Amino acid sequence: MSVRVSSPSITRAAARGRHRTRGHYVGRGAIIAVLAVLTVAFALPFYWLLSTALKTSPQIFAVPIIWVPTPLQWSNFSNAISFFPFWQYLFNTVVICAFTVLGTVCSNSLIAYGLARIDWPGRNLVFILLLGTLLLPSQVTLIPLFIMFAHIGWVDTYLPLIVPAFFGNAFFMFLLRQFFMGIPRELGEAVRIDGGSEFTIFWRIIVPLSKSALAVVALFSFINSWNDFLGPLVYIRTQSKYTLAVGLSTFLGQYGSQWSWLMAASALVFIPIVILFFFTQRLFIQGITFTGSKE
Amino acid sequence: MASAIQTLPKAAGTKVSPRTWRNIRNGLLFTAPGIIGLLWFFAYPIGASFFYSLTIYDGLHSISWVGLGNYFNLFKDDVFWTSLYNTAYFVVFSVPLNLLAAFLLALLLNQQWIRGLAFFRTIFFIPSIVPLVASAVLWIWVFNPQYGLINTLLSYIGISGPGWLDDPVWSKPALIIMGLWSVGGWMVIFLAGLQNVPVEQYEAAQLDGASSWQRLVHITLPFMSPYFLFNAINGLILSFQFFLQPFVMTQGGPAESTTMYAVYLYQNAFQYYRMGYASAMGWILFVVIAIFTFILFKTSARRVYYGGS
Repeated sequence: MSVRVSSPSITRAAARGRHRTRGHYVGRGAIIAVLAVLTVAFALPFYWLLSTALKTSPQIFAVPIIWVPTPLQWSNFSNAISFFPFWQYLFNTVVICAFTVLGTVCSNSLIAYGLARIDWPGRNLVFILLLGTLLLPSQVTLIPLFIMFAHIGWVDTYLPLIVPAFFGNAFFMFLLRQFFMGIPRELGEAVRIDGGSEFTIFWRIIVPLSKSALAVVALFSFINSWNDFLGPLVYIRTQSKYTLAVGLSTFLGQYGSQWSWLMAASALVFIPIVILFFFTQRLFIQGITFTGSKE
Repeated sequence: MASAIQTLPKAAGTKVSPRTWRNIRNGLLFTAPGIIGLLWFFAYPIGASFFYSLTIYDGLHSISWVGLGNYFNLFKDDVFWTSLYNTAYFVVFSVPLNLLAAFLLALLLNQQWIRGLAFFRTIFFIPSIVPLVASAVLWIWVFNPQYGLINTLLSYIGISGPGWLDDPVWSKPALIIMGLWSVGGWMVIFLAGLQNVPVEQYEAAQLDGASSWQRLVHITLPFMSPYFLFNAINGLILSFQFFLQPFVMTQGGPAESTTMYAVYLYQNAFQYYRMGYASAMGWILFVVIAIFTFILFKTSARRVYYGGS
């Protein structure tokens, strides 16, 4: 009998050959069709948003529906801005987000270092307790926190939104701890033997090696803070201090029937995040993979 | 110097070496922000919330002890039960639907032979990261009964669409449909999981002549079960706290059909200033979520496969 050639790649190719039937291509065609329909379904609301934002009022209520408005009413955007202080809200939101990200990255990297790279009795207890906070619905802590902040005069400031970020967050702490635990022990030992401090190890070794994980934390906490609605809703009272999220909901309450302005304002609120996404796509996927593969 | 002390045998009664003390000190220093945060933003509020739930309190001055009075009043409160029903309705339908949709999308996008996969992934993912308020405003218009996107499309196939957010019967389904638009976040988690399934399993199955369906059921699903559990629990906990869309889009109406538990809680605390009552609501919510999470864990224990490789 001749020698049987059965290396994995050849066997794989043979298996593939068996499956290149017409049914195989019909199956693939079906998949493409489904994908196309779903893509349109998901993208359509965005198209609807822009199309309405660029219509005149009569065009919006026209029957049959006008799908492509001509001419494009860019003036809707400038009109919306005269009633919806977009730039003011944008600035406020950026300020809050910037400080929140700063606090989140700094505090959680320190905490994660203490839980991952230092061996001390009681660290597991702290870890479990911090994780436990994830199980608590925010409704339980919302009211006492509000009352407390009110009594120390922090209502109508950004402090209740920013300060907690400097004191750790279970999710981000967990993410960074997992990452730090993956860094080889020996890298820190040399500094320890030379009598260097833990902080030196943290600052000169762990942090530089963790740039990608820290970037993921920065990105996700930025998005969280940007999209936060309940926080600003509860704590900010003066309109000039509103964030984009709260500002838009107020605009909805005041100009709810001006659909073209409403859609224009809504589009303005969408745009910064969409732009951010396009610049940080890889970081997003990396971040989800961190979460996904560590489960 | 320090090493000389460490090489000596420990004297009887000495329990902790200087190095351990140093580690404890350092450990506490590094985790100090977290410990302070635990005490300030969790331990204290948890205790205070429990205390408030036993009082009538307007948040400022007048506080009076009522024991379990708030809890009894809640059980007699029709809106409480309505909000609980609305929330349960939402959870029961949206979590499984979202799981299914996210998984199907992930399967769809996991076809390596498709060009421009990143483009499709972007389209499905973006709605899940944009500000929810902006989505809410958009979807109010999308669901507009006369001129909105959905009823317009339905009219093309001869269906006269319902009143959606203006109709007590269709308001919750409308919110559920809107929720499906944001499955991108879950989808990406499933995608990460699908890419972790060992390729050899598929190849071996293919050599044995297994069909696509069989490969799906006997390889993909078991390996994906932890991801299902993760998304399910996450989704459960979040869905019970469903707040923004019903608050912004319908303010709990029409006819309280979208008064979710978190909305009623917010109204009690920040519109009626019944802080004690709202605090009691918060604790009941905690218990309800805990029970459902426990049930989910228990029923899944047998079916979740934690195969490492």
